Amino acid sequence: MGHADVAKPPSLNASTTETKMFSNPTPSQSEIRLDLAAIAAGEPVEAVIHEEVASEESILEIDRFALHYGSFKALHDISMSVPKGKITALIGPSGCGKSTLLRSVNRLNDLIDGVRVDGDMRLSGDSIYGRDVDVIELRKRMGMVFQKSNPFPMSIYENVVYALRIDGQRNRRVLDEVCERSLRAAALWDEVKDRLHESALGMSGGQQQRLCIARAVAAEPEVLLMDEPCSALDPIATQKIEELMDSLVPHYSVLIVTHNMQQAARSSHYTAYMVLGRLIEYGPTQRIFQNPKLPETEDYITGRFG
Amino acid sequence: MVEPRPRAARAAHGGGTLLSAGEPVVWLMAAGLGLALAMIAGLLAMILWNGGATFWPRALVEVSTSDGRVHLGEVSRHERYRPTPEIYARLDPEVRDRAEHDAAAHEGTLGRTLLRTANYDLTGTHFTWIDDFEIEEGGRSEPEWGVTIERLEWGRFYGTPTRAVEQGRTVAEGTEDTWAWFEEVHPRLRSLWRQKRSLETHDVGRVNHELESARLELREAELREGVPPEWIGAWGELQRARQGGSAEEIADAEARVDRIENAGFVPTQAFREAVAEFESREAAGRERFAEIVGEVESLSQRMDGFEVVMRTADGTEAPLEVADIVRAIPQNRLGIVGRLGVYLSRWIEFLVDDPREANSEGGVFPAIFGTVAMTLIMTIAVVPFGVLAALYLREYAKAGPMISAVRIAVNNLAGVPSIVFGVFGLGFFCYVVGASIDELLFEAKLPNPTYGKGGLLWASLTLALLTLPVVIVATEEALAAVPRSMREGSYACGASKWQTIRRIVLPRAMPGIMTGAILAMARGAGEVAPLMLVGAVKLAPELAVDATAPYVHPDRSFMHLGFHIYDLGFQSQNSEAAKPMVFTTTLLLIILIMLLNVIAVWLRTRLRRRFAGSQF
Ligand SMILES: Nc1ncnc2c1ncn2[C@@H]1O[C@H](COP(=O)(O)OP(=O)(O)O)[C@@H](O)[C@H]1O
Ligand SMILES: [Mg+2]
Repeated sequence: MGHADVAKPPSLNASTTETKMFSNPTPSQSEIRLDLAAIAAGEPVEAVIHEEVASEESILEIDRFALHYGSFKALHDISMSVPKGKITALIGPSGCGKSTLLRSVNRLNDLIDGVRVDGDMRLSGDSIYGRDVDVIELRKRMGMVFQKSNPFPMSIYENVVYALRIDGQRNRRVLDEVCERSLRAAALWDEVKDRLHESALGMSGGQQQRLCIARAVAAEPEVLLMDEPCSALDPIATQKIEELMDSLVPHYSVLIVTHNMQQAARSSHYTAYMVLGRLIEYGPTQRIFQNPKLPETEDYITGRFG
Repeated sequence: MVEPRPRAARAAHGGGTLLSAGEPVVWLMAAGLGLALAMIAGLLAMILWNGGATFWPRALVEVSTSDGRVHLGEVSRHERYRPTPEIYARLDPEVRDRAEHDAAAHEGTLGRTLLRTANYDLTGTHFTWIDDFEIEEGGRSEPEWGVTIERLEWGRFYGTPTRAVEQGRTVAEGTEDTWAWFEEVHPRLRSLWRQKRSLETHDVGRVNHELESARLELREAELREGVPPEWIGAWGELQRARQGGSAEEIADAEARVDRIENAGFVPTQAFREAVAEFESREAAGRERFAEIVGEVESLSQRMDGFEVVMRTADGTEAPLEVADIVRAIPQNRLGIVGRLGVYLSRWIEFLVDDPREANSEGGVFPAIFGTVAMTLIMTIAVVPFGVLAALYLREYAKAGPMISAVRIAVNNLAGVPSIVFGVFGLGFFCYVVGASIDELLFEAKLPNPTYGKGGLLWASLTLALLTLPVVIVATEEALAAVPRSMREGSYACGASKWQTIRRIVLPRAMPGIMTGAILAMARGAGEVAPLMLVGAVKLAPELAVDATAPYVHPDRSFMHLGFHIYDLGFQSQNSEAAKPMVFTTTLLLIILIMLLNVIAVWLRTRLRRRFAGSQF
């Protein structure tokens, strides 16, 4: 894909970046140039957010959110709203904080020692980082798919209905129905319907990842968080998951981190570009890929970044 | 573009030496493993050979020595020793010739044979050393009718059957007739003997138990009513008088009881009923006891007086009660199949019977039972306890110096000598916990302790404590090995910490926990020292599970194979005869531990299969 080698943390070679950027003028329509060295040094940066975003009904509001791992500030004042019933992609070089942002949405970062946050997020208007928030109740309103598939050591069936099981659901009919609906939503039903009670660990990697998607949608989440769900899969499995994502909207709202430009371009409605823990540009995918406002964004998506 | 370096340039730097390839290290590793394997194999082979051969009926040999004596027995072993020079001076010229010849041929050492001659009741010894030079020319044979007799008392007897006697009358003469007679009457007499033993142990035991429980109920009633000790004393005298005193004595005792009752203590109606109940139960018990004695006597009459007269090698005749003979084996007449039969029947006896003759003969069933029961109770106690402790340490406790200190303490616990655990078990479980239980629940039995002494339960708990570090360490490692992604997946589904632990972490860690349990079991089953303090005893034919209520008696002392080995090897009077049994018992213990382990490993494999599977 060629992006992987390009996507190194830019701070390491900020000076070369600078010279390169100015020596290779790109056909950008914008005249604004960001000074990445200055950003790395802590200069505040205003994100460029396209006006189309504002017209969408939002499901998740991120409001001046910042996060520290100990003394390291991984996210700087991020504000964005994730539209309802759409797929929103987070792109950016490795280490820019995409996973951190995603994991902040369902407060998985709480499990890490030394994490400190500022600002807030709101899920359908309900505060996520407020004082009296019940984190467990909150997580029940979201689903998450991880970079590496992580099926539980139990049967396929039990994996899918896990969220219902922990809510104490015992009714076999409800469980069966949810299992089938979720597996169908994850385009896995036909492949596994005859071995629902076999171990989930005996499936192929692509099937396991789709199982994790089924598990994540089983409890009808308001947002589905996906962290590079295809990075460990072969092209065919990747294609299946992309098709599956198309079928998830508009029923679900999806926030997906991806390293794969084509994937973001093909399957998402909105794209946010992040660098060094900042949101740089956020807008409709088509605009970002064909007509970005910032030259840095264009450099990145065309592979000239770095 | 950099020019590729010529190959020779690298080779010249000596990159390909033996050391860099790591060969010598591989040899070292292989040698280390080989040494360990050789030691284990050697130990196992020795135990297997010695332990397995114990029950094999070897040939009975008859040896005539130069002093005119004849010995009959089984060769126990042969060895060479370096004699003192004086020994030759005392010998006859002809014998000395043989001795010197033997010495000359073997660098000055003499050979001698340890012969198990048995017949302890006649000779006062079980074994005899016979020097090779003492044996007459052609003085060694295997007599056809050399018979081994295994008896209930006095150990084995070696001799030749010569005469059969029933109630003082000779009914058969000559070896073959006598043997035919023996084979005919022996099974019948043995079955009578078994009936008698069953009466003497089970039935009498039941009566004793009934009498004991009647006494306990009375005692409980006394404690409930607060009966003064004087009344109990006087009343006891009255009972004794009624059982065998004169009319005067009875009247006397009654008068004393009356006096005490007039002086203030008046038993309540309920207590009088309890006393009446006790009297009737005791009378019934005594009656049943007399009945049993009668039955035993009639059985004895039917089986006594059957004697087989055996002639020993030196010509002494000894009459042996047939009913007391466990097994008679004409071993020199047996072919390989016959010997195999004897071998198997001895193994079966060893596995299912009670011991006799100070544990050196008979079986070890109570010890097998005790070992298995103790190991299982220990495992059941230690695994949940250890897993809970490890869960807290790994999942809930905040990492810090305190937790590190606890961890170090737990690990050091594994290095504490096991006898210290025994002392702790005795002091804490028996004398503190047990004594409190006795005071609360078994007051009527005091001052005899029930739980306030060593017993199966306390021994198991002591060993559970001893093996706790193993389980904690193994569990902690298993918990740490559960991938973070799995926990996060569970949290992301909205599971609480406890739900994640119970549904994801624990099942995933289960094989590792089982490994800990297996290690703990192996460690605990082989431990002896602490058991000597908390309940293992030399002889405890009463098992912890039996037919008398409440059926399970975790307070009872028990036998243990490990302790049995120690007892046989170091406490036995007849240590030469006990030595093979040491090996056999060791073999059995090893097999038993292996079986327990195999079961646990099998369980673990089944668990693991659930988590196995291709990842991609
Ligand atoms: N648990 C952690 N502790 C400390 N730093 C972390 C931790 N996780 C991530 N980081 C740092 O935060 C930054 C963002 O990481 P991440 O969100 O994983 O990036 P991305 O997903 O965009 O590649 C990186 O510089 C990374 O080193
Ligand atoms: Mg990431």
